[in-house]
Amino acid sequence: MNAPTDPKLLERKDALQGMGDSRLRKEDARFIQGKGNYVDDIKLPGMMHMDIVRSPYAHARIKSIDKSEALKVPGVVAVLTAEDLKPLKLHWMPTLAGDVAAVLADGKVHFQMQEVAVVIATDRYAAADGVEAVQVEYEELPVVLDPYEALKPDAPVLREDLAGKTSGAHGPREHHNHIFTWTAGDKAAADAAFASAPVTVSQHMFYPRVHPCPLETCGCVASFDPVRGELTTFMTSQAPHVVRTVVSLLSGIPESKVRIVSPDIGGGFGNKVGVYPGYVCAIVASIVLGKPVKWIEDRVENISSTAFARDYHMDGELAATPDGKILGLRVDVVADHGAFDACADPTKFPAGLFHICSGSYDIPAAHCSVKGVYTNKAPGGVAYRCSFRVTEAVYLIERMVDVLAQKLGMDKAEIRAKNFIRKEQFPYTSAFGFEYDSGDYHTALNKVLDAVGYKALRAEQAARRADPNATHLMGIGLVTFTEVVGAGPSKMCDILGVGMFDSCEIRIHPTGSAIARMGTITQGQGHQTTYAQILATELGIPSEVIQVEEGDTSTAPYGLGTYGSRSTPVAGAAIAMAARKIHAKARKIAAHLLEVGENDLDWEIDRFNVKGDPARHKTMKDIAWAAYNNVPAGLEMGLEAVHYYDPPNFTYPFGIYLCVVDIDRATGETKVRRFYALDDCGTRINPMIIEGQIHGGLTEGFAVAMGQQMPFDAQGNLLGNTLMDYFLPTAVETPHWETDHTVTPSPHHPIGAKGVAESPHVGSIPTFTAAVVDAFAHLGVTDMTMPHTSYRVWQQLVKSGVAL
Amino acid sequence: MPKKIINVTVNGRAHEEAVEPRTLLVHFLREQLNLTGAHIGCETSHCGACTVDIDGKSVKSCTHLAVQCDGSEVLTVEGLASLSKEAGVLHAVQEGFYKEHGLQCGFCTPGMLVRSYRLLIDNPNPSEDEIRAGISGNLCRCTGYQNIVKAIQYAANKLQQAQKVTA
Repeated sequence: MNAPTDPKLLERKDALQGMGDSRLRKEDARFIQGKGNYVDDIKLPGMMHMDIVRSPYAHARIKSIDKSEALKVPGVVAVLTAEDLKPLKLHWMPTLAGDVAAVLADGKVHFQMQEVAVVIATDRYAAADGVEAVQVEYEELPVVLDPYEALKPDAPVLREDLAGKTSGAHGPREHHNHIFTWTAGDKAAADAAFASAPVTVSQHMFYPRVHPCPLETCGCVASFDPVRGELTTFMTSQAPHVVRTVVSLLSGIPESKVRIVSPDIGGGFGNKVGVYPGYVCAIVASIVLGKPVKWIEDRVENISSTAFARDYHMDGELAATPDGKILGLRVDVVADHGAFDACADPTKFPAGLFHICSGSYDIPAAHCSVKGVYTNKAPGGVAYRCSFRVTEAVYLIERMVDVLAQKLGMDKAEIRAKNFIRKEQFPYTSAFGFEYDSGDYHTALNKVLDAVGYKALRAEQAARRADPNATHLMGIGLVTFTEVVGAGPSKMCDILGVGMFDSCEIRIHPTGSAIARMGTITQGQGHQTTYAQILATELGIPSEVIQVEEGDTSTAPYGLGTYGSRSTPVAGAAIAMAARKIHAKARKIAAHLLEVGENDLDWEIDRFNVKGDPARHKTMKDIAWAAYNNVPAGLEMGLEAVHYYDPPNFTYPFGIYLCVVDIDRATGETKVRRFYALDDCGTRINPMIIEGQIHGGLTEGFAVAMGQQMPFDAQGNLLGNTLMDYFLPTAVETPHWETDHTVTPSPHHPIGAKGVAESPHVGSIPTFTAAVVDAFAHLGVTDMTMPHTSYRVWQQLVKSGVAL
Repeated sequence: MPKKIINVTVNGRAHEEAVEPRTLLVHFLREQLNLTGAHIGCETSHCGACTVDIDGKSVKSCTHLAVQCDGSEVLTVEGLASLSKEAGVLHAVQEGFYKEHGLQCGFCTPGMLVRSYRLLIDNPNPSEDEIRAGISGNLCRCTGYQNIVKAIQYAANKLQQAQKVTA
């Protein structure tokens, strides 16, 4: 879009606060005054509170459950167990991954903190008292925590409910604890590349289990109206429309009588995509009691039982020429899915979009295989601020390229530039079949290397390495990643059979203000601000008078929700396309009002001008009024449109990140001296919000790489399930971030936007690891397992013989 | 459980309320007084989303009993704007968070604001390190803190300017 130079035109354009404007956020007014409306803020007349009895054991048979004492607790009105849900066939529920998960443990618990019973009471304190009083007798069973152990022939059978099932939702099962084996790419071609390659490298790496841990935990308020037969549920959900479909299918209540509302959400990061037992139990309790029931989990419950991320054991191999041109890639993954396969992925992709693991590189032959395994851990496997398994994929390829560079003695920037997909190769089809839409990796890389003074940094590092008295090791991490986001084309992507389109419905009111309703739901991304900006530019209506609504299934058009950086690529396209329908109708009305042909009109910012005579014009505000009283013959009254956008392809944002760390040789303390992040998300809608998203994503990446882990003891007890143990960085530890950008629009997206909020998480994690490993690279180290806490880094210092 | 009467002033308004001795302050504020600004993020004093100001100190209301506030003055995020002499005018910290994009999902924001308010009374001209240390009891998962630091600097400047005008 060419910016106007005429000051009057510029003034009109700026007045719209459209795309490209760092418009301040419309949602802030309520949040800074304590007037947000989060699920726990909702209070309905006669509302009951629910709390959950959870298993202390990771694997045990339930011998008995005694509710009697709990029912005597003042305020307790009901206790429900699997036996109570059985007549309703709701003691198990389907998962997004084609498996089933226990709603309440059915004879056996499969992970610590699994839901065993629920207590409903008149207030939350009474419900907690009731939980204490429920007596459950367990018989402990052997615990399996390691997915490799789980696949041994004599490993305990974890899922007795699947006995005899030799195939699952994703093909044959080869073992009682095996879920699926999924492959992509061409194995024969990859094997051939390796057979003849002069150089090969291999590396085992583990991407630990982490948890998205949004600041607001999960919860809901379910309210069934027995007179009308209608169910309304306020829920912390990133995908309310899909939840409505699931609730309708499970409960038998027609979808038209189920209303799911996602109100303000205190962060999601993938944790709020799935349907958890707490939601189901609260809904059942509300139906049984005929009263509203609130369930809000606490932090320990959130970390222990709701969706985790990652837990990938990865083996990577690269084949290359002696001068560093990559010829082939092979990847073998064992994925720990926990007790139930509840990964949130498009149906056809049980390992998500992991096959983006050829990264930003032109690799002629590639193959990957992912094996999903049951263990006695909580289910999940969601995308923690990333598109489905893209974080794991980027980590794998970026680490492998470093391993190859180290083997060949090549510079880590040089080897990347040598293997990049070149600008003129786009659209580029990867060996795994993805069609990359656009990119210019070399320009972006050079911009970063210049900005940070890369050569000087390497010279400083060489001097540091040569100095035996240096108190600190210095590491430089460089990552050049490509993501695949915006799921997705319905021919490839669906959730429970519903294609992954997204939607927008726009109404222009007579006085020229507008409302846009969307199928997505913001959790802090600022949709109410940025969607209005797209509409403002498309239709010439000021952002200020555009209302954006989402999250209420009774008013919003059906959409698949917000995760996997899909809001801008999919719903952002829907809003542009709906606006263009309105624009086309507005042109007809303008032509009618000006008594000229449609082709005699030029669009200019906020109006149609008669060609060659701009004094004769009609603004969108004029047209809006006319749409309700004076339209050409044969045209319907009104000015509104709906669009369901099914993207033709994914989008492929990319970035170049560089990090410098200094490691104290005495303590292992690792300080981030500098972090430079260049992102290319295509067209930029609101630079202020983009920068904010990048700061946040980098900080989450820092948390994962430097401190987050979910350690289990041999009995399957999760040792880090409070914020005392689970690392969320404070302002003190968090580094200062430097941001930069290039703009390579997506050619297939209506406004050229690619999505951005997850890039910094995906890209920064391998950057931190690369920097830490690079500090030890001259000592032959090629891999260190996250998180890079001082103690773990100190252990490496000792092992490498450089501790002071 | 028998209840106890407490007298507490919240955002300048006196309340006489009956509470269970075990009732946490955050539940008292949110459920009894319907002041839902303070949020519950961890129930262990780590995240700071529940921060309120009690008698001139920042306090995590999720681990403080309502009965401990008998006779106290409590300020929550809902009371911040009313501290301004003009009705409807935001406090400088609220304005700073808005202008500098110091919030995203908004869940940590009430606690951050109340903490920032007290930080700037205790130290009207803090360095960046002092701001970062001063808000280290409040976690944010969205912003990476960089814009929160800017927001507090904005408020510090604005409050100092206002003081100069008054003096």
